[in-house]
Amino acid sequence: MIVKLGAVVSDVGARVVNRVWRLGFASRFFWTMLGHSGTALRRFPLTLREIYFAGVLSLIIILVSGLFVGMVLGLQGYDTLARYGSAEALGVLVALSLVRELGPVVAALLFASRAGSAITAEIGLMKATEQLDAMEMMAVDPVARVVAPRFWGGVLSMPLLAALFSAMGIFGGYLVGVVLIGVDAGSFWSQMQSAVDFREDVVNGVIKSVVFGVAVTWIAVFEGYDAPPTAEGVSGATTRTVVTASLAVLALDFVLTALMFRGT
Amino acid sequence: MSSTIRGFASFARPRVPSENVVEVDNVSFAYDARPVLSGISLVIPRARVIAIMGGSGCGKTTLLRLIGGALRPTSGEVRVFGEAVSDMSQDELYVLRRRMGMLFQFGALFTDMSTFDNVAFQMREHTTLPEPLIRDLVMMKLHAVGLRGAAHLMPSELSGGMARRVALARAIALDPSLMMYDEPFAGLDPISLSVIGQLIRRLNDALGATSIVVTHDVMESLKIVDYIYFISDGRIIARGTPDEIRASSMPFVHQFVHGEMDGPVAFHYPARDYRDDLLAGAVQ
Amino acid sequence: MMTRKSLDFWVGVFVLMGIAALLFLSLKVANLSSFSNGATYPISARFDNIGGLKVRGAVKSAGVVVGRVTAIDFDNQSFEARVTMALDDRFRFPKDTAAKILTSGLLGDQYVGLAPGGDTANLQAGDTLTITQSAVVLENLIGQFLYSKAAEAPGKK
Repeated sequence: MIVKLGAVVSDVGARVVNRVWRLGFASRFFWTMLGHSGTALRRFPLTLREIYFAGVLSLIIILVSGLFVGMVLGLQGYDTLARYGSAEALGVLVALSLVRELGPVVAALLFASRAGSAITAEIGLMKATEQLDAMEMMAVDPVARVVAPRFWGGVLSMPLLAALFSAMGIFGGYLVGVVLIGVDAGSFWSQMQSAVDFREDVVNGVIKSVVFGVAVTWIAVFEGYDAPPTAEGVSGATTRTVVTASLAVLALDFVLTALMFRGT
Repeated sequence: MSSTIRGFASFARPRVPSENVVEVDNVSFAYDARPVLSGISLVIPRARVIAIMGGSGCGKTTLLRLIGGALRPTSGEVRVFGEAVSDMSQDELYVLRRRMGMLFQFGALFTDMSTFDNVAFQMREHTTLPEPLIRDLVMMKLHAVGLRGAAHLMPSELSGGMARRVALARAIALDPSLMMYDEPFAGLDPISLSVIGQLIRRLNDALGATSIVVTHDVMESLKIVDYIYFISDGRIIARGTPDEIRASSMPFVHQFVHGEMDGPVAFHYPARDYRDDLLAGAVQ
Repeated sequence: MMTRKSLDFWVGVFVLMGIAALLFLSLKVANLSSFSNGATYPISARFDNIGGLKVRGAVKSAGVVVGRVTAIDFDNQSFEARVTMALDDRFRFPKDTAAKILTSGLLGDQYVGLAPGGDTANLQAGDTLTITQSAVVLENLIGQFLYSKAAEAPGKK
């Protein structure tokens, strides 16, 4: 019995050590990638291509999700606010929820599942089919040519996607609140404008989305680069990307919210 | 043995002048605890096509990676063009690799670009040649492998043999002095086998280059190579010209060349006595 | 396979949309355009209790926003709160203007309300408002109410 318990504990311990080791490896990889980013920025068409694949192709899911989230916020928000006679505050509710939290977080989660998994699968498959090795043998650094442009493509796309999500959400809230239910349009916008502060809310939301973009893309790129070069390896890496990136986004959200919105 | 401190400029490294393009000097290599190569010494002379043969997992591909500088030997030294590869910095390695070309197993073409872009890759990355000139060069390389008409196709639209040939055209794009082939005959139909074999020989002679072919296809390689090294259990157990190898009476070489079912490489995986194994499940 | 030109086009569209969304959020949703530009002059006022007034709260007169609260300090000598405000240069107030801390709506934010006096001379930059009324604190209100009720009761008997 004791022996079994000991085995479980040492197994858990080994896993923790493995995770910590992996985190260190991932951090070194991050610095290497930053160091090799010169190519990605000098040969901007490479990065542009990645902005297309990560950002533009995520547009549909981001816009549609944003619209639906905003509409649900409008419905639920109206239901609750009307009970306290504050239905005109619907604009404030929708705008603040989206700009501060839902925009950056949900957009990052969607980005992780769509673009993050695609990036991991792509890099993993390139590793499995020896394309990265071939590049190395042709004296082209695969980190600079393949990894860094994808990283910067993701980081640059993320804030734009989060802003689009929030904007569509507010529009969705407007559709449901004003057009459908009949909340006064004037007070919807005016209360929103007086309650949402540029520096406190919009800028903080943008900062959040940049941080999330870095985290999600870094995890996606690392998992792909580190994937075992087999079919199971790539599929496992893709799953890990989505799970780890989503958890990271939620954890970072807590940390950032605690830092930014302390007591306001 | 070189005694240079890693990181010095290449002119400080002693050049060992020789007729050999590659010298592998008592090299051993192990993946963590598992030894793969032990005390390998061989030379690749200039303008020859050399085959390195052996069973699966005997370390042939590892040897290629050691020569290309992708791996560092645990002991011993690998010298390419007279310079020790293991002492080189990343930048020096990249300079060296521009004189080498490698054909990977199954081609390893970049799947997100067309055949033309694949062959033009090295020219665009390492030279500042204008696009019209690059176009002409790419067409010439593709013509040499017979695929000039397929320049616009994507790698997914190519057959196995065609993809292999395109990868070959890509590898010779900058006219390398050393060509390395990792299992170039794997999985090809008889016609493609012969085509690839002939191309390896012809390109080597046309470019004045040196070629190393890692393979376990005996029939094709014996037709085109000048010298063969046999590796088994991480050691070189036989070497010689094709005729010498064909006539060899060494048990392993004989089994390998003639494709015998049983010999030094046993047919049966180590197991208990057959009778005992059958009786183990008997009803008591 | 995307050609170079159409790829550039779509990326450009994407970036434009993103920037437009950011502009929309900044201007239409938040209060960026309302009061960050324009010249201002600083005025301070002392209060016994500022209640829930916050930095960047509004300074209004006749219900119109004429400035912003820039700093809130505690004066350790007089044990009062010192509020510094930035008033829009376009609006000048007489020297005997009164400052009150009011609440917008029943549950709204608190702001500084300015009621102009009758002095002919105007406030200059750095002046201090002398007449102030502190925020209404709920506990004091309840205490007052109970006290006045208790004072009334014996009278009625």
